[in-house]
Amino acid sequence: MKKSHRFYGHGIPHVKPEDLGGKLIVLEGADGSGRSTQIAELVNWLETSGRPTAQVGLKRSSLVSEELNKAQNGNVLSRTTLSLFYATDFADQLENTILPALKAGFIVLADRYIYTLMARDKVRGMDEKWLKNLYGIAPIPDAVFYLSVEPQELIQRNLAKNATLDYWESGMDLGLARDVFDSFLKYQALMGEAFRQLQKSYKLDIIDANRPVSAVTKDLHKKINAVLDRD
Amino acid sequence: MKTFAELNFPGRLIAVEGLDGSGKSTQIYLLKRWLEAEGIKVYFSEWNSSELVKSATSKGKKRELLTPTTFSLIHATDFADRYERHLVPLLRAGYIVLCDRYVFTAFARDVTRGCPPDWVRGNYSFAAAPDLTMFFKADLEVSLNRILDGRPKLKFFEAGMDLNLSKDPYESFKIFQGRILEQYMAMSKEFKFVTLDANENVEKQQIIVRKLVSERIALKKFKRRSPLPLPPSLPYVAEEKEELEDKTA
Repeated sequence: MKKSHRFYGHGIPHVKPEDLGGKLIVLEGADGSGRSTQIAELVNWLETSGRPTAQVGLKRSSLVSEELNKAQNGNVLSRTTLSLFYATDFADQLENTILPALKAGFIVLADRYIYTLMARDKVRGMDEKWLKNLYGIAPIPDAVFYLSVEPQELIQRNLAKNATLDYWESGMDLGLARDVFDSFLKYQALMGEAFRQLQKSYKLDIIDANRPVSAVTKDLHKKINAVLDRD
Repeated sequence: MKTFAELNFPGRLIAVEGLDGSGKSTQIYLLKRWLEAEGIKVYFSEWNSSELVKSATSKGKKRELLTPTTFSLIHATDFADRYERHLVPLLRAGYIVLCDRYVFTAFARDVTRGCPPDWVRGNYSFAAAPDLTMFFKADLEVSLNRILDGRPKLKFFEAGMDLNLSKDPYESFKIFQGRILEQYMAMSKEFKFVTLDANENVEKQQIIVRKLVSERIALKKFKRRSPLPLPPSLPYVAEEKEELEDKTA
């Protein structure tokens, strides 16, 4: 039986919710929270059990990802522009990957979704009503898991992997601190707070991801099984 | 939607709107030339011209991979970039900013493409209203003929081919433009468009445009301050010397 996906707002012109079956599962969390590792694991798990999957993530649209990267490297975009650029990237993947996959009954795994975009924009002082309207195009997922990791632990994981902290993941554009280390801690604390605010309105399931990968995986399998069994 | 004047910006924004082929670009260009000649601080900005966003937009258009939603969002991104990086700082610095198309173009086009009006308007709600919006209203036939006379190759989105109105690009263009005109007319009162007869000849229209602008905006206030004090140039020094010589004589 098909369970249809409703949208947060108006949705997409000419797309009927009742045509959308499949499942939409979202993983949110900072860089270093284990999102990508868990998604790779989930794809493997679902596909070996015979379920087709599709994957999306931020800055992966064929339409604007290249330009968005270029603009971010030059650090020349103002906040509204950056926000709309990301929304364009999301909408392109929504229409070219997410919606067709849901129509075909796939399980769509999203490596970040509109919540990261909204949290980032909220931290930068964008109007919440404006964001809500903008992302009214998004289908409501079947489950959203937020992999929560303490900022100190995130620092350890990011440095172990890249030996450096990313400019944007440290919120350096906000001028919170001169030092990237201090800025990272402050920014991730703000992002954590923004996610907690979103949790209520958008029903995010917060998962303690300070724990080892296998423990988080076990949790996810259990919760996702419950979602898949729901209809 | 408040105007820049109502928001106490020192600058003023003038926008022109109308269908392709209504002659609005010619009119705003002539307005710009006049204001420049009058020594007024003026800046001109065109729809869909942000350097940053352009390559994405043209890629999307060429590959025909834009949907009504992405079409709307990518133009909003382009507008936001120009708005935040150019328009706002210039308006705060007391410029007269001339816009060839403003948010109303998006309101008309995107809604014609099927986007919900509140969604489109909400996305553009960061933008203030122009202090003067001139709508160039030509008979649909006149503007269609201006564009179609040379039988140009119409671009896919320009002709509204994404709407499946007709298999023939010229027929599609006509229907599409007609619907956009309806949208413009429906919002004309709400956004206080000043409607100009774009069937008139170019010179007569320009006289009306200039009159309208000088009635609405106290242009004197927007003049550049008397020439900046430049470092003494060579002829100037020579003059000084002559003066000195005169005194000693």
